[in-house]
Amino acid sequence: MNADARPPVIRIRGLVNRFGGQLVHDGLDLDVAAGEIFGIVGGSGSGKSVLLRTMLGLKRADAGTVELYGRDVGRLSPAERAAFVQTFGVTFQNGALISSLTVAENIQLPIREYRTQAPAALAALADLCVALVGLPPETAEKYPAQLSGGMVKRAALARALALEPKLLLLDEPTAGLDPISAAGFDQLLLYLHSQLGLTVVMITHDLDTLFRTCGRMGVILDGVMVSGTRAELAANPHPWIQAYFHGARARAAPEEANG
Amino acid sequence: MNSSLALDGDGDAWRLVIGGDWSAPAIAQVQERLELLPQRLEGTVVCDWSGAEAPGIGPAWALLSRLATAGHGELTVHHVGAPHHIAWLEELQRRHVAAASSPARAADGPIENLGRWAIAQAGEVRSLADFLGRIVVVSGRALVNPRALRIPSLARHVYETGVTAIPIVSLIAFLISVIVAYLGAQQLTRFGADIFVVDLVAIAVLREMGVLLTAIIVAGRSGSAFAAEIGVMQLNEETDALRAMGMNPIELLVVPRILALVITLPLLTILADAMGLAGGGLLAHLQLHIPWSQFTSRLRDALAPTTFWSGLVKAPVFAALIAIVGTYRGMQVRDSARELGRLTTLAVVQSIFLVILADALFALLFVRLDF
Repeated sequence: MNADARPPVIRIRGLVNRFGGQLVHDGLDLDVAAGEIFGIVGGSGSGKSVLLRTMLGLKRADAGTVELYGRDVGRLSPAERAAFVQTFGVTFQNGALISSLTVAENIQLPIREYRTQAPAALAALADLCVALVGLPPETAEKYPAQLSGGMVKRAALARALALEPKLLLLDEPTAGLDPISAAGFDQLLLYLHSQLGLTVVMITHDLDTLFRTCGRMGVILDGVMVSGTRAELAANPHPWIQAYFHGARARAAPEEANG
Repeated sequence: MNSSLALDGDGDAWRLVIGGDWSAPAIAQVQERLELLPQRLEGTVVCDWSGAEAPGIGPAWALLSRLATAGHGELTVHHVGAPHHIAWLEELQRRHVAAASSPARAADGPIENLGRWAIAQAGEVRSLADFLGRIVVVSGRALVNPRALRIPSLARHVYETGVTAIPIVSLIAFLISVIVAYLGAQQLTRFGADIFVVDLVAIAVLREMGVLLTAIIVAGRSGSAFAAEIGVMQLNEETDALRAMGMNPIELLVVPRILALVITLPLLTILADAMGLAGGGLLAHLQLHIPWSQFTSRLRDALAPTTFWSGLVKAPVFAALIAIVGTYRGMQVRDSARELGRLTTLAVVQSIFLVILADALFALLFVRLDF
């Protein structure tokens, strides 16, 4: 595993999360190396979104450590947190664009907060992000409600890229898209990954997206993460993994995995 | 480290030396440097990136945009020592600009805006007429087929708009009539006309304040709730789901709310009248030492047979106004959370305005009728 050479971007050790009496994560470990695209899968309710929220520092872990770039997410002072949130971009399942702002204003929101107020710079950066995700220029002046589902996902990605983070955390980026839009999104992601040298962690249920884009993937099973390449996971005897990787949907997905 | 940008050369051969911190977080400083570049550049410019530390795509894009603006298409840009993504960014920008080539539409003048406003108003009148028409049709159907009345839903709204409003309506009616009685008592004692406080309170509360206060409280409580509930259902496509299942949202959502309010507002008004008289009586007793028996006998003399009814008859009209405005604004919600907030506010403001306007018309009418 190439994670040994450099310190991993994300390093989770012994993560425990529980809701009431229910144990969601029970000693979960995860390493994500710089420059890889890592996919997280798991059954409904297995704690994928909770894991993402823990990585973002939106939820405090009940035990264990979550480190992004070597910094413990759970122990950040308010000042450190302001610097921390600039190191990653995140998209939520339904886009989570602010509905009272246009796409351009949504993109400019973090830039205004952390970087600059200069109108020319704001305009240039909004143009850049819109161009990066392949949206037509006139989209910038539209409100989220005027966009199609695929465009909302792209606009959300544009906002995630606004501060030029090296790490992207994506929650179901292709959920609800038609297969052609989803394939377009996968291509966009691979393209940005190669151009900008991004590290990407995504939660996805879309097997096509998973196999097309992710070099390594992890399955959350009974509160722990089983990770590896597609071939490694396909050889795992666990019944859920067998059902997932050898089910009818998996057989229909293309064989070649992108490294 | 600071970001730097130096331009030298003249005429049509320029050299732009880019140095220092050109990473993404330095965009504010980069932009300041870019502002200093001349408004117009011609010929060729060579950008020397060799001194730049880890240039980010944001600052690089800002520079490319700035050069494109200054060049007016007559500037050739070369890059030396550039990071690998410069060529890619240039290509991306070329495509972006080409796609945006359609010129921005000229801003509208006052005439266009007036026209647009008039069309919007006409559309509003039309959709309101449509909405009212549908309510009439559904109500007519309910007369023939009582199942269309949706009794369970009606009962829930009677409970939510009526029963749960009892404490606040009672309290406010009581307090306001205490205030009116107190102010009246202060003036009337100067003439030794203390006993007329009873007339003042009785007529003010029964004719106007009981019903008006209740209507305003209900507009704030239930008018906004109607608009917000139906608005969220619109955003969640619940109303579309009802239509798709062959059910009529007007019948299921709108008419029960209007009927419920038409039932509850008169009842709340009677309650407010009673609490108001009680408040006036209490103040007369404490402040003016008018005993309760004298208060009630004076009350009987002060009131014409029509006083109570002239207040109460307005209640169903106010109720219908509040409920129609609330549900209508709710049904208008489209697309976004912002619309929901805007239309909910509008529902409350318009329903209070309409209630007061209607009250004024009633006052004129009652004078004419000597009611």
